[in-house]
Amino acid sequence: MSVAGINVLVDETRARAAGTRAPLLTVRGVKTYYGNIIALKGVDLDVNEGEIVTLIGANGAGKSTLMMTIFGSPRAREGTITYAGRDITRMPTHEIARLNLAQSPEGRRIFPRMTVYENLQMGAAVNGGAHFEQDLERVCAMFPRLKERLYQRGGTMSGGEQQMLAIARALMSRPRLLLLDEPSLGLAPLIVKQIFSAIKELNERDGMTVFLVEQNAYHALKLAHRGYVMVTGTITMSGTGKQLLDDPSVKAAYLEGGRH
Amino acid sequence: MANPAKTLAAPTAADRAATDMAAIIKDAALFALVTFGLCVPIVAFRTDLSQTSALDLVPRWGLVAILCGIVFVARLGQRLVLANRDARRALTPSPTQATEAVDATPNASQKISAYALPAFLGVTLAFPLLAVLGTGGLGESRYWIDLGILILTYVMLGWGLNIVVGLAGLLDLGYVAFYAVGAYSYALLSTVFDLSFWVCLPLAGLFAGLWGMVLGFPVLRLRGDYLAIVTLAFGEIIRLVLINWTDFSGGAAGISSIPRATFFGIPFTADEDGFAAKVGLDFSPMHRVIFLYYLILALALITNGVTLRLRRLPIGRAWEALREDEIACRSLGINTTNTKLTAFALGAMFGGFAGSFFAVRQGFVSPESFNFLESAIILAIVVLGGMGSQIGVAIAAVAMVGGPELLRNLGFLKAVFGDHFDPSEYRLLLFGLAMVIMMIWRPRGLISERAPSIVLKERKRISGSLVKEGHG
Repeated sequence: MSVAGINVLVDETRARAAGTRAPLLTVRGVKTYYGNIIALKGVDLDVNEGEIVTLIGANGAGKSTLMMTIFGSPRAREGTITYAGRDITRMPTHEIARLNLAQSPEGRRIFPRMTVYENLQMGAAVNGGAHFEQDLERVCAMFPRLKERLYQRGGTMSGGEQQMLAIARALMSRPRLLLLDEPSLGLAPLIVKQIFSAIKELNERDGMTVFLVEQNAYHALKLAHRGYVMVTGTITMSGTGKQLLDDPSVKAAYLEGGRH
Repeated sequence: MANPAKTLAAPTAADRAATDMAAIIKDAALFALVTFGLCVPIVAFRTDLSQTSALDLVPRWGLVAILCGIVFVARLGQRLVLANRDARRALTPSPTQATEAVDATPNASQKISAYALPAFLGVTLAFPLLAVLGTGGLGESRYWIDLGILILTYVMLGWGLNIVVGLAGLLDLGYVAFYAVGAYSYALLSTVFDLSFWVCLPLAGLFAGLWGMVLGFPVLRLRGDYLAIVTLAFGEIIRLVLINWTDFSGGAAGISSIPRATFFGIPFTADEDGFAAKVGLDFSPMHRVIFLYYLILALALITNGVTLRLRRLPIGRAWEALREDEIACRSLGINTTNTKLTAFALGAMFGGFAGSFFAVRQGFVSPESFNFLESAIILAIVVLGGMGSQIGVAIAAVAMVGGPELLRNLGFLKAVFGDHFDPSEYRLLLFGLAMVIMMIWRPRGLISERAPSIVLKERKRISGSLVKEGHG
């Protein structure tokens, strides 16, 4: 805690010990601006294949900005973002989305006047609707509520159902890396539990890599293999989920009183 | 404390109805009072010049009473209708609002579409025949068939603009520019290069589509109000260029003696090469008019068919998704640039077709015909119809274009307001009033329900509980 800057609690053991393959997603020295205001002040971060990585931080720390920067809007002004060996820093958003990289953006952003079914079709648009039926079955099995409401308009569902739809829509493209921005936002604890167990299932059963941005630090770190802490545009700490959970400063800033 | 259960019991339906009624009457009386207050300075006295050229005050309290009475009754009626509707809605859960899963059975508007569509199409197809039978002669039916052509032109324009505004959600206030491009394309190509209508029609659509893209590029990053302003400016630019570039477009005088439409090469003339002689009919100038009617009907139906087809294809769904949420669209891998440009280009193309039809029908084009008011009318048709609804747009076009015509024949109002009353003077006032009422009654347009592009097969299984209420 004493030193400013990155305080690495542990070397990224899991991946580095295996040590052979490059991370699936690499973020190096990324700086993002909104006009003249700097939002990300040089972020470094790795997501290895098969991991769940959580990014926690307070409001306005730049978590969602990082998420959007990975997806190319806004673009990073400096630094590089590499995904599966390709430099995606300057790629347009829609092309990034075609690289087996899916995102459930902040605030769900489902299509409210379209039905659940049509929302899911939009999610499968990237791969031209190939194996649509199969994927539909799969997400319906994961979120049975959606199956009940397949022909209901998205905007008429409850917040939790809309969140499920947002995740299901992202899954329809069969992503290798799934980026989730605050999937627990504004949801009842029971629904949060459901959603987190769905994320765990995706990771364990399908081997999907998940990068999770969360305010709900306790649940998110418990779920994650590794985690990062972001404060005003910089990564200040990283480690395994358990290490961060036990760290006194993390406890003080993000967990106290928030224990479930 | 004696019997709290009794005092807390919900008021009976009769009680509630009585209190509601009292509140409604009170509300209507308040409206009448406000009307009275407004009438006192504006209507209650008229100043006339007397013989001695002094001003005489003529009191008109009778008129004030009539106006207050009208407002009272109208407000009462509105409140009663609304109360009735709310009560009915409270009894039946709407499938789209329910928190529990309900059968996604067709709702009222979808049912209307199911029956109305064939009926609408049938009437449209038989319209010239009906007009001839109704008026008792080919020549006499001209007014009605001309009106039919005018309405269908606006139906087509409405459907074209519906792609841009209703489906893709891009507010376009300069749609008439593409109508103008289409009209001038035909006018110039036919007068300068002697090309026939059937060659010019696709070319006009192509040019208009290109101009749609030209407009599309600079406004790719704009949305909502800003987009509306730029498109408005674009419409005006096209009109001003047509006025001022005299060498090219003939300026404000326009282009006249544009070749008339032919029946696929056979002209509608009285001589022996003409359509009437070839088919073996007696010559009548109405043949051409009826042909034009079916021509615009076919063009409008093509527009509709293409739109309905596209809605089921990925590009159509991408338009709708773009209307809903642009950021989500991009993060799902949709190229929003291409999506917007295709919407602009296709909408403009249909506007261009309609424009070249306009030119061939009028035989004369001038920048006068393509002012902002036209754009506003077309946009009003789309909004009134319920953005995105094809049948709604058609109904709105009939109302918007046919309505003012209908108001020409309001002689019976003389019986109400006295012989001095000329209804045609109040035409636009009545029309504006009708639009205000319409927007209160259905703020999201006539057919506000968006029909899903994919429907469940089991939809046919209508649950009994819902059918009883007539909600479906």
